[in-house]
Amino acid sequence: MADFAYAPRLAIPTSDVLDSPRHSALVRITHWIFTLSFFGLVVSGFAIILAHPHFYWGETGGIGSPSLFDLPLPTMLGGPSGWGRSLHFQSAWIAVLAGSLYFVSGILTQHFRTHLLPAMADLSWRSLRDSMVEHLRFKRPVEEESYNVLQRLSYLTVIFLIFPLIIITGFAMSPAITSVIPQFVTVFGGHQTARTIHFFLGDILVLFFLVHIAMVIVAGFSSRMQAMITGHPAIRKEPS
Amino acid sequence: MSNPVSRRKLITGSLAAGAGAAGLTYAARLASRYGLIPPDSGGIWGVGETLTYATQRVLMSYHSLAREFNRSDISKVIPVSGDPPKTERFERLLAGRFADWRLTVDGMVARPTTFSLDELKRLPSRSQITHQACEEGWSFIAEWTGVPLSTVLNSVGISPQAKFVVVFPFDESWDSLDLPDAFHPQTLLAYGLNGQDLPTPHGAPIRLRVARQLGYKSVKYLSHIKVTDTLKNIGKGLGSASPEFGYSWFAGI
Repeated sequence: MADFAYAPRLAIPTSDVLDSPRHSALVRITHWIFTLSFFGLVVSGFAIILAHPHFYWGETGGIGSPSLFDLPLPTMLGGPSGWGRSLHFQSAWIAVLAGSLYFVSGILTQHFRTHLLPAMADLSWRSLRDSMVEHLRFKRPVEEESYNVLQRLSYLTVIFLIFPLIIITGFAMSPAITSVIPQFVTVFGGHQTARTIHFFLGDILVLFFLVHIAMVIVAGFSSRMQAMITGHPAIRKEPS
Repeated sequence: MSNPVSRRKLITGSLAAGAGAAGLTYAARLASRYGLIPPDSGGIWGVGETLTYATQRVLMSYHSLAREFNRSDISKVIPVSGDPPKTERFERLLAGRFADWRLTVDGMVARPTTFSLDELKRLPSRSQITHQACEEGWSFIAEWTGVPLSTVLNSVGISPQAKFVVVFPFDESWDSLDLPDAFHPQTLLAYGLNGQDLPTPHGAPIRLRVARQLGYKSVKYLSHIKVTDTLKNIGKGLGSASPEFGYSWFAGI
């Protein structure tokens, strides 16, 4: 299979290769459902912010009290935050359901352990630095079987740190949920702090998305898209 | 290389789809029977609204208390949103310091009753320092004093068939609560804010306080409370004026 991956022109695809896709069907399906809901969350998150583009630290904050920072956006009342919140919740439900499916299957199939957990040897400073330098040179990666150490670390951070935190800071803003589990908000030190952290976590995810797209383009956009849609990378007819 | 869908896949797929559809139908019927479908469950956002409302009502305690705070936590600035009603009736009552104001409680109750402000103030009161978030994003902490809505509902005796408590103010922002929130210990008919009479811009003489939902559920300037088993014939049948402007009926979020 490695030969096939390195020199696709020469390889005769065997049924073995065809039967083991780069991404499993479940990963592909949840990836695209999640992509749609992520767009919904970003657009609606922005719409909600338009109702009050000011951020605070602590429990409370509003017009007339000092803000932490203000976004240079117009304040738009009576519209965007209404459909924004509906879209945000509908997208969040889809994202959480698809994400949970991915999460549980990732543990059961050992996807996280085999594909995302970095090898100890790769965690040395030297190895991390080399990988970083390669990325910064936008070097087209060789067709590898698995993710490199930086990919593994960023995917793990997003899946196991950013996603849980953005869900909990979302819960922290719900007066009904915090009436049952007040720790969701007290652990952050207040409602407005949770709101501000939720905003920054969203920004981190948008940044992750942009880098993710940039890396897909560097690695070969159509091949990677095909891999995430059909499961198999495009077989290049001409040597690149 | 061609990979036509095998007969086995087709059969199992159809069976799974059929079972899924049957399961969904059954779940919807069950949810409806247990009052888990919000009145604004139609339309493109209905799925999200229903999932949020039903999940909260199934998983969470009906009477879990919203967080309460100390006097020192009370916000210095309490923002006001919206203007008092511009109707002649409200302005006349305001000019008379609400001496002639009455709250009618009727609908599916044993003893329809009209309360004056003094009569409500003579009922057992409750004070609570709670956090209130507006759906726009800002929030404040304040002390609210009032009579629990449950006290008033118990005094008029609601019918066992009743499902919702509808509140009508002097303006158009009518709304409704399901029974878990209507009988919630922190749901008040509030007449006091930070130890003083409720200021006019904050909803004088009486406003609803719903501690576990966003600010817009705490309807100001109340004039009429109606107990009912259906919201279909009120307004556009969405349970509140809010959904008509694009906001959720259930704002526990």
